[in-house]
Amino acid sequence: MKIAIASGKGGTGKTTLSTNLAALIAESEEVVLADLDVEEPNSGLFFKAETVHEEINVKAIPYWDESKCTLCGICARVCNFHAIIRLGPSIVVFPELCHSCYACSELCPEAALPIIQKRTGILSEFQTGNLHFIESRLDIGEEQAVPAIAKTKKFAAQKYSGVRITLFDSPPGTSCPVMETVRDADFVLLVTEPTPFGLHDLSLAVDTVRVFEKTIGVVINRYGTGNDDVAEYCRREQIPVLARIPDSRRIAELYSAGKLIYKEIPEIRNILEGILDAITEITEGGG
Amino acid sequence: MKEIVVISGKGGTGKTSVTASFSYLGGSSVVTADCDVDAADLHLLLKPDFGYSEDFYSGEISSIDQPGCIRCGKCADVCRFDAITVKNGIYRIDPLRCEGCGYCARICPPKAIINKERKAGKWQISHIRTGGKMVHARLGIGADNSGKLVAKVKNEARELALEERAEYVIVDGSPGVGCPVVSSLSGASFVVLVTEPSVSGLHDLKRVYELVKKFHIKAGCIINKADINPGQHQKIMDFVAEEGIPHLADLPYDERFTKAIIEGKTIIEISTGNLEDRLTKCWEKVRRLTN
Repeated sequence: MKIAIASGKGGTGKTTLSTNLAALIAESEEVVLADLDVEEPNSGLFFKAETVHEEINVKAIPYWDESKCTLCGICARVCNFHAIIRLGPSIVVFPELCHSCYACSELCPEAALPIIQKRTGILSEFQTGNLHFIESRLDIGEEQAVPAIAKTKKFAAQKYSGVRITLFDSPPGTSCPVMETVRDADFVLLVTEPTPFGLHDLSLAVDTVRVFEKTIGVVINRYGTGNDDVAEYCRREQIPVLARIPDSRRIAELYSAGKLIYKEIPEIRNILEGILDAITEITEGGG
Repeated sequence: MKEIVVISGKGGTGKTSVTASFSYLGGSSVVTADCDVDAADLHLLLKPDFGYSEDFYSGEISSIDQPGCIRCGKCADVCRFDAITVKNGIYRIDPLRCEGCGYCARICPPKAIINKERKAGKWQISHIRTGGKMVHARLGIGADNSGKLVAKVKNEARELALEERAEYVIVDGSPGVGCPVVSSLSGASFVVLVTEPSVSGLHDLKRVYELVKKFHIKAGCIINKADINPGQHQKIMDFVAEEGIPHLADLPYDERFTKAIIEGKTIIEISTGNLEDRLTKCWEKVRRLTN
């Protein structure tokens, strides 16, 4: 089962929930945690783990073979992203604008634009006990998160098809990187906080996730601050609230130090177990 | 006219609360731009009047004209995004997977694939109670191209600032280091980095500052929730000292941030004393460093 942990708003507790759930599950069985926030991956800060594998992430871009080119300009005309242009006597490729559609390369009558692989970042896999942790991080200046997210999910699925639970720590927001993260999840856990910001971004995230007709559950973090509008929204939308994590300076301090909170606060262990039980019940109950 | 961009790398460090405070302090000398277009929250504090609104189109989306389709499958062969599926001999394009490259339409033998402009969201110009104006936007559900909508919001804010003779454009950026952030940094005069003293806060600050350096933009740093972890706070201070980034302010872990959000106000409006002072001094510092 693939569980995506997402939120809309940043800083609501996605990484806290992902890392703590993963560590808790790992106490009794193998589990995979994939950090898909490839722009700012920081789940790994919460584990001391051995690196077991590393590979370069790449994207396909055209390479101009001057010797074959007749400067016909077809490549520039077929590119919808303005990623390749004719500039006087040369063809210039803008790799950051390229979407790797291959149109320029394959429609070039002279085969003067072979595809090459350009580095965009690195995928790393770590292990500690039962926990297999996979992250991809974009090189600074690389803009496209989606291909790295897709690649990381694929890597996890191929290598750990036998593991019962895979957790995806999602990037914030509601646009393409989040869509790519939740696309093939079996369950989406949305973490929010009980404030107008939390509610606003939660409702956007719900609309996004519902495009894929996913089963959703909400966790209200920092419960006790703010107001009841999030709970009211969930009632209205018939979205189950799986847990309320109390607002606590102690939790904020443990998180700030890179510590797993359930190990220090027994109440959190119970809350996390409750979340896992609820997800099992919902997904096995035909949801 | 100077452009000040507020970013953080990590989400939830207080960008929007800081931006709203600066916007309030700047009053009519500021045009405010919410460039966190896929989870925009600034309007919840500044309560714009949504005075002017326009649809935003970006990129294309392909679809198959079924009567014209000869079911040859060439479109599905060339699509690198697995957007074209076949079921019972009928080819369809999944709008959520289509990147809008138009390759399929170009090679379709009977020309049965149509490209349409994709509606990617809306953008608005509003009056706000600070006496200034605000440009904001909403990305459509499932829409791509957030970087382009960010660029649109910024350009509109710049034009508006010139028209209104405003001194500053203040930009609320999005988390991360990817396309929307790159887009919001382009052309900036000064970057305000809002971080928090946590391992994640520092990790993300370092990555986003690497990006800021690539653009050769001056930056300053605000440490929010500054008292939550003294050890991490020191590490951030060491980092900014090493990089020569001016430390703009320490803001305490304070429930007035949440209170302001609940009331739909800026911190300046609800706080008298310490917090308001710090933010006012911080805004003055930002102005000094920007000019």
